[in-house]
Amino acid sequence: MKESTAAIANVATCAPRDQSRPDAVFKWLAAACALVVIVIMAGIFFELVRNSGMAFREFGFSFLTSDSWNPIAGEFGAASSIYGTLVSTGIAMIIAIPLSIIIAVYLVEVAHPKVSGLIGGAVELLAAVPSIIYGMWGLFVFAALMQTHVQPFLSRHLGALPLFQGPPMGIGVLTAGLILAFMVLPFITAITRDVLMMVPPVLKESAYGVGSTMWETVRFVSLKYGRRGIVGAVFLGFGRALGETMAVTFVIGNSHRISASLFSAGNTIASSLANEFNEASEPIYLSSLFALALVLFGITLVFQTIAHYWVARMQRLEAGDR
Amino acid sequence: MRPRSRAQRRAADTAIRVAMVPSALIGIAVLAWILWEVIARGVGAFTPAFFTELPTPPGMEGGGLGNAILGTLLMTLLAALLGTPVGLLAGVFLAEFGPSSRIATAVRFTTNLLMGTPSIIIGIFVYSILVLPFGHFSGWAGAVALAILILPVVMRTTEDMLNLVPDELRESGLALGAPRWRVTLGIIFRAARTGLVTGVLLAVARVSGETAPLLFTALNSFYWPGSLNQPTANMTVTIFNYAMSPYSDWQEKAWGASLLITASVLVVTVLARFVIKDKGGRA
Repeated sequence: MKESTAAIANVATCAPRDQSRPDAVFKWLAAACALVVIVIMAGIFFELVRNSGMAFREFGFSFLTSDSWNPIAGEFGAASSIYGTLVSTGIAMIIAIPLSIIIAVYLVEVAHPKVSGLIGGAVELLAAVPSIIYGMWGLFVFAALMQTHVQPFLSRHLGALPLFQGPPMGIGVLTAGLILAFMVLPFITAITRDVLMMVPPVLKESAYGVGSTMWETVRFVSLKYGRRGIVGAVFLGFGRALGETMAVTFVIGNSHRISASLFSAGNTIASSLANEFNEASEPIYLSSLFALALVLFGITLVFQTIAHYWVARMQRLEAGDR
Repeated sequence: MRPRSRAQRRAADTAIRVAMVPSALIGIAVLAWILWEVIARGVGAFTPAFFTELPTPPGMEGGGLGNAILGTLLMTLLAALLGTPVGLLAGVFLAEFGPSSRIATAVRFTTNLLMGTPSIIIGIFVYSILVLPFGHFSGWAGAVALAILILPVVMRTTEDMLNLVPDELRESGLALGAPRWRVTLGIIFRAARTGLVTGVLLAVARVSGETAPLLFTALNSFYWPGSLNQPTANMTVTIFNYAMSPYSDWQEKAWGASLLITASVLVVTVLARFVIKDKGGRA
C-alpha cells in the first residue's frame, strides 16, 4: 500500500515542474533529520573511544578485570563497577519479571475492568515518576525500612548464606536492586498487559473449552502467543536497570569493593560516573571514567542487539509454524 | 504437558490467583507510598520565597529555588524546540518515504538503540563535545543533552501516528495535485495531530525530570540563569546536591523541589493520556 502511494507521489512530483523542487527539498530535509540519530550514535561511540584511549593504553585489558580503584595512586579497574551493575540489575530482574507478569495476568484475565483500569493507571503513573524521586524516597524512606526490618529479618532466617551477612546499614546493593525492581516493574507490566490483551479470544476460549484452568490457559496459550512481546519488554526493563543512575546513586553506598554480601555498599558504572566525573582532575582519572562509560555503552548495545535479533528470530520461527 | 491430577491443577491455579492480588497491590502501594512521602515532606517547603528567591548560603534559613525552577523551564523548553522539529521530520521520513527501505530500517534500529542508551552516557557525550572544547559548563549543553533524549521518542511516536493515517487520505491529497510536502504537513499532520501532540508532551514531561544528563553539562548554579552560556541552575541537580548535604533546611528544599517536579511531570502525563482517551478515534 505504501509502495503504491510512493509511486503516485512520484508521478505527482514529476508532472508539474514547479512542484518538484520543494518536494525534493522536503524529502532531503526529512532524510537529513533521520540521519541525525545515526550521527549521534556514531558520535557517542567515537567520543567515548577517543577519550578512553589513554586508560586502555595504560591498563590494557586488565582495566576490565582489575578491581582496584585508587585515584590517588592512579590505578583504575572496572571490575567492581561491572560487578555491582550486573548484581543490582540481576536482583531487579529476578523480582520484577515474575511480579510484572503476574500483575499483567491479573489485570487482563481476573480483575474487574474498573479495578484493572485503576491499577493499570497507577502502574503507568509509576513509570512516569522521575528516577531522582525514587532515589530520594529510597534514601530517606525505603533504606530505613530495610535497616530496621528487612535486613535483620533476612539475616535471621537466611544468615547462613554469605549473601545476607553483615551489619544492616539500610543502603547497599540489595536496596539498590529492590528500588530498580520497582522502577522496571511498571515498564514490563504495561507491555505484558498490552500483549496479553491482543491474544485472540478464540484461542483462550478453546483452551477453556477443553477444560483448562485460568493459569493453564495463560501459561500454555496467552504467554506463548505473546512471548515475543514479553521478551522484548523484559529486555527493555533490563536495559533501563543497567543504565539507571540517580535511583542507584542515592542508595548503593558508592564503594569500589566487591563483597559477597548484598548488604554491603557497592557501586555501579552509572553511579561511579555520577559521583566522580566532575571530581576527576587527573587526565588518567577522567579517561578511566570515559572507559567506564564505554563499557556501559558496550554492554547496553550488545544486549539490545541480542534482543533485536532474538525477537526477529522468534518472529521468523512463528511465521514458519503457520 | 505432563499429566497432572485434577487436584494438582486446581492447586496451581489457586496458588497463582492468591498471589495475584498482593502482587497487584505492590504496584499501587509503591506509587501511593512515594507520592505520600513526597507530598508530606515537600509541601512544607512551599513558601512564596521558594518559588521566587535565590538560594541562601548553607546553614542560613530562608531563600528559595527560583533560579533552579527558571533554569529547568528554560532548558526543557529549549530542548523541546531543538528536539521536536527534528524528531517530527525524521518520523515523516520513516513513515512516508519508503518505510521499508534499507536506510529507514537502519535508522529505525539506531533509534531503538539510542532510546535504550543510558541518559548518563548522553550527558558524558555532550560533555565531551560541548563542555570540554569550550572549557565551561553551560545551559546550552544541558539543553542539547535533553534534546538528544527527546529526539528518538518523538521519532518513534511520529512514525506510529502517521502510520495510523489511512493511505486514502494521502492519495486523495496527491490526486488533487498537492505536492508531497503540503499533503504531509497540511493533511496528514492534521489528521494525526492529537497523537503527535501527546507524543511530544510525554517526551518533554519525561525529560524534564532527568538528572543524569545535566550533571556534567548544565551543572548547577546559585545564581539566576543570566545567560545559557554559563552553568545553569536546575531543579534535579539541586535535589541531588541538597539531598546529599547535611543541612536540614537544604534537605527540606530538596523535598520541595521533588514535589514540584513530580507534580508537574505527573499532571502533564495524565493530561496527555486524557487527550488520547478523549479523541482516541482520531489519534
